Amino acid sequence: MSESFELEIFRYCPEQDTEPFFKSYEVPFREDWVVLDAINYIKDEIDGTLSYRWSCRMGVCGSCGMMVNGEPKLTCSAFLKDYPSRKIRVEPLQGFPVERDLIFEMDDFMNKLTEVKPYLLRKEGEEKPLEEGEYLQSPAELAHYKQYTLCINCMLCYAACPIYALDSSFVGPAAIALAQRYNLDSRDQGRNQRQEVIASHEGIWECTFVGECSVVCPKDVDPAAAIQRAKVSSTLDWFKEMMIPRSKGK
Amino acid sequence: MALQYDIVIVGGGGAGLRAAIAIGETNPKLKVALVSKVYPMRSHTVAAEGGAAAVIKDNDSFNDHCLDTIGGGDWMCDQDAVELFVNEAPKELIQMEHWGCPWSRELDGTVAVRPFGGMKIERTWFAADKTGFHLLHTLFQTSLKYNNVIRHDEWFATKILVENGRCQGVTAIEMRSGILKVIAAKSVIMCTGGAGRVFPFTTNGSIKTGDGMAMAYRAGIPLKDMEFIQYHPTGLPGTGILITEAARGEGGILVNKEGYRYLQDYDLGMPLDIEDPKHPVKKSMELGPRDRLSQAFIKEREKEKTIPGPFGDVVHLDIRHLGKKKIDKKLPFVRELTKNYVGIDPVYEPIPVRPVVHYMMGGIDTNIDCSTILPGLFAAGECACVSINGANRLGSNSLTEILVYGARAGQAAAVFAAEHSEINLEALEKQGADEYKRITRDFLQKDGGSERIATLRKEMHQVMEQSVDIFRSESGLKEACNKIEELKDRFSSILIEDKSLNFNTELTSALELENMIDVAESIIFSALSRRESRGSHQRTDFVNRDDENFLRHSLAYRTEAESRIEYQDVVITKWPPAERIYGKEE
Repeated sequence: MSESFELEIFRYCPEQDTEPFFKSYEVPFREDWVVLDAINYIKDEIDGTLSYRWSCRMGVCGSCGMMVNGEPKLTCSAFLKDYPSRKIRVEPLQGFPVERDLIFEMDDFMNKLTEVKPYLLRKEGEEKPLEEGEYLQSPAELAHYKQYTLCINCMLCYAACPIYALDSSFVGPAAIALAQRYNLDSRDQGRNQRQEVIASHEGIWECTFVGECSVVCPKDVDPAAAIQRAKVSSTLDWFKEMMIPRSKGK
Repeated sequence: MALQYDIVIVGGGGAGLRAAIAIGETNPKLKVALVSKVYPMRSHTVAAEGGAAAVIKDNDSFNDHCLDTIGGGDWMCDQDAVELFVNEAPKELIQMEHWGCPWSRELDGTVAVRPFGGMKIERTWFAADKTGFHLLHTLFQTSLKYNNVIRHDEWFATKILVENGRCQGVTAIEMRSGILKVIAAKSVIMCTGGAGRVFPFTTNGSIKTGDGMAMAYRAGIPLKDMEFIQYHPTGLPGTGILITEAARGEGGILVNKEGYRYLQDYDLGMPLDIEDPKHPVKKSMELGPRDRLSQAFIKEREKEKTIPGPFGDVVHLDIRHLGKKKIDKKLPFVRELTKNYVGIDPVYEPIPVRPVVHYMMGGIDTNIDCSTILPGLFAAGECACVSINGANRLGSNSLTEILVYGARAGQAAAVFAAEHSEINLEALEKQGADEYKRITRDFLQKDGGSERIATLRKEMHQVMEQSVDIFRSESGLKEACNKIEELKDRFSSILIEDKSLNFNTELTSALELENMIDVAESIIFSALSRRESRGSHQRTDFVNRDDENFLRHSLAYRTEAESRIEYQDVVITKWPPAERIYGKEE
């Protein structure tokens, strides 16, 4: 091959290996290749035992997040040509237990996503019947939450989050952003139900606003801003509660 | 030990999730397993861009949506299925709105619609140009409300289990542990999507390997209309990444190397100036159907009017005149994709595009209730053929289809499960043990083996691209028949280096290849038998549509050696076969 590119890849198969190790592979360098293309080349032509996740290769399914030279990246959007040393180290996204090779466990996020109730909630009896058509929502009301709908659940923000690295009970950037997505939707009436999780100790207050989550987000969702907005709303809740005492009855 | 459910859904994309929710809403006591080889939000529904069609505006009518769909399908659609689809479509899209789908809006707050190819009236609902992404995530997130839906994420289904003439479950490998399990159920719904990966150049993600189609085919269920493969006219060269038809719906134009809007030479009407307020004209020029546009590209290439490039010839999709503001608002994903993958900003430069395999009109043969010839087995979405898409699907009908027929499959499977309680667990476990033996013997503990997965896949790709391209011929298809039988044979010598159980993706790649070879076989034999040209199936040796002999669906049955092709009449209700008309008065 005329030009080559080296990948040092994290390998670990729990039933065979006592501990992880790195294995080095040499692939052809191609200007148009992304890191995922190089990994596919390894799987197809060099070593069929390498395991990793991928599907759409267009940055929307969220499967192929990995650490590339220590940074969380969607490997379908990270080009080889952007690594001029022609050598990279590839690891599974950090902060999660490893299932095998580049595959990490997603269970924790899936549970947290379920806990924040990421769906429209309407008060009892205020559901609009389908025959009456859509809920009206102006373009401005749509714009209010639209950014937070763009999360592809790729987990890059969790891998970047120093709080989650220290304490995995933290609800985390993507799940909070998705809770905010519904909280800010003009059709939703379920914010109080989400507050239990969001405003809890493991929720927004654990975030110290490092902002790394928003830096690595490939879809510009800006979860850090979602968390800050949620903090402001929660503070206002508390403030209203204190200033305007209300009956706690049903 | 077998897992036991009332209903198993295989596939967690749009159709599977919609079916799961339908069961949750119909009868929350029914226990549902949602089995998917990927986390549901990774399913390829995520990549659909342009929109979902349904009649909602005052200037539109059910009749028009039906006729556009049927004409678009070159009269191969079953018209009862189309009527049901068109009637149910608005309700399903409003339901998505009630579940939170962020549809793009008009100033007055009602949902917005955009024009789409082959549609006489603008009726395509959209969420910018990430409609599939938003539908999938809305469905997935909504499905989390239903406690009776138990997800088995990253479980790879391998076989449909049949006992006493009834489908009673599936076997699936839990990928994390590598353990094969029997999942017993009173009814099963296949929602495994298409099989674009049978071809080398496709918009489809790596997961689209026709698993459900192949499992059904091996269980003796026919695959219907498999010769009809949709080539989308605008894919990015090299990667095959889709550039949505919405780019043309918003006014984008296609030009050849001379900057000429070549579609006017292919019976698609005459172009209006891009500044003309009537541009783009619906059912005309760039808003013609996908089959005709992809065919026009091939003819244009024969005339040497296309533009050579490193990944084959291209034409230009020009959206510069829409301006940055409109592109960012209506087509942000197009801009993101072209900037990332071809280094072009469509605000300033035209986009290079070429036809790319996108969608399978055919699939598991079902009736209008989504049931197959095997009692207890249902199918919906791209893996099924009901058939509303005929010989050529219209853009934005498939997202609606997964909702309408996904829900319907869920309801039908729920009724079936309620009426058929007996499950022969002992027999199912015996079948599970046999399947475990097969996978161990043929893959995990196989000695020797010489054929690399990637080599066989590449050879399958080559033969599919050469012989089942946009234009096909008897000689090419006959060669392909021989080649695919050769590949089936060589598959028995497959080389598996990975003998481990934990997340063994070499094993699943081999199983996917096995599935794709079966699907490829059904495509080739169906294409060989259809000695006419209709919609996406164009034969250089039979250039005309032949209603007398071929206004019939093909049914491919698996036999030991090759596919056996039978035919079944198309259902005509109100719209007798006629000429497809684009670019002029109907």
